[in-house]
Amino acid sequence: MAAVCVSRSGETVLTCNPHLPPGWAQEEVSTGTTIMAVEFDGGVVIGADSRTTTGAYIANRVTDKLTFIHDHIFCCRSGSAADTQAIADVVNYQLSFHSIELDEPPLVQTAANLFKELCYRYREDLTAGIIVAGWDKRKGGQVYTVPMGGMIVRQSFSIGGSGSTYIYGYVDSSYKPGMTKEECLEFTANAISLAMERDGSSGGVIRLAAITEAGVERKVILGSELPRFTVS
Amino acid sequence: MVTGTSVLGVKFNGGVMIAADMLGSYGSLARFRSISRLMKVNDCTILGASGDYADYQYLKQVIEQMVIDEELLGDGHHYSPKAMHSWLTRVMYNRRTRMNPLWNTVVLGGFYNGESFLGYVDKLGVAYESPSIATGFGAYLAQPLMREVMETKPDLSRDEARQLIERCLKVLYYRDARSYNKFEIATVTEGGVEIEGPFSSETNWDIAHMVSGFE
Repeated sequence: MAAVCVSRSGETVLTCNPHLPPGWAQEEVSTGTTIMAVEFDGGVVIGADSRTTTGAYIANRVTDKLTFIHDHIFCCRSGSAADTQAIADVVNYQLSFHSIELDEPPLVQTAANLFKELCYRYREDLTAGIIVAGWDKRKGGQVYTVPMGGMIVRQSFSIGGSGSTYIYGYVDSSYKPGMTKEECLEFTANAISLAMERDGSSGGVIRLAAITEAGVERKVILGSELPRFTVS
Repeated sequence: MVTGTSVLGVKFNGGVMIAADMLGSYGSLARFRSISRLMKVNDCTILGASGDYADYQYLKQVIEQMVIDEELLGDGHHYSPKAMHSWLTRVMYNRRTRMNPLWNTVVLGGFYNGESFLGYVDKLGVAYESPSIATGFGAYLAQPLMREVMETKPDLSRDEARQLIERCLKVLYYRDARSYNKFEIATVTEGGVEIEGPFSSETNWDIAHMVSGFE
């Protein structure tokens, strides 16, 4: 039954049914997002913005979209906040169990395939675009992307989320193979900053992490320190 | 979801050749530009898929496992191209009937007992064999070109088949907005399977100089 109409001021207001939740609460909570991961020799750099939206309202402006999966494996989440959190929880459990069975650190490819199994099997019910990145002894730094639909592909770098559309040109022109960790961090920060500038669903701070054999190094880039490209 | 465009297939004297570009499109976005849409099933069969890439990866996994399981039986038998095609048709039709299709159009090529095989199966379970096959845009642009050549000269040499395929791929790159100029070609003959690539077409834009304005 219709519950909303547009008032003279342009706002959507409740009319017939006061028992239904308001417009913004009918929107799913989404990690609108810009996420990114880059491989380098010895590890990976991952990055994300920090905005979670419910429609046009910013529900969380300091979100952490870089999610721990295992000691040397993280994932970047985009799409529905609920779906991606639930999936990450399941994979975290499965991988932890698997690692104990193996008595060895798990492979990034294994983690990525666990994501794929869930995202493909339940593709009709999920809205999740996930980038899995980490380091393992066998293949070093690896980035695997599991977009909506549930395919899996390894890439030397990957971007995702609604903000990524604005930076395809930037990353295609700026990426060079064989970058160092520092160059990767700069590349990632610049790309996410540009996306946050143009995408309404991305914003806040830039969260970065570098994953190597030594472990995980986290960084946050706040408002005034964000890379700037235009004066206005 | 990520999709692949046309797959082409052509029979020649002594084998079969199939080709597909290496693009995974996300709507109109050319998102993944280095993915393979061709696979070797076994020494006498090759397969190419257009449509949903996740569903192709699933099919690939299932088929690869089937081939392993068959090898483990150790009876020396391998799935013939015709058998694979028949099996695939049943799978696709069954999924369609359960209203949960594998959203692909598959081209299956093979060489078995001295005979070339080229078959098509789609998400509805429609299946047929033909001397030349093209899916997607290829059905409109490449198939007429292939048929024109093959109707006058049904027995192509391997080189002639290669040239025909490359000509078709060029046209598809010119006219299919969801194509990419990077492709692979898989060939199956008595000697086995070869997947070559990546290649790119030489394109000619000279006609651009002949046009100015719109009237």
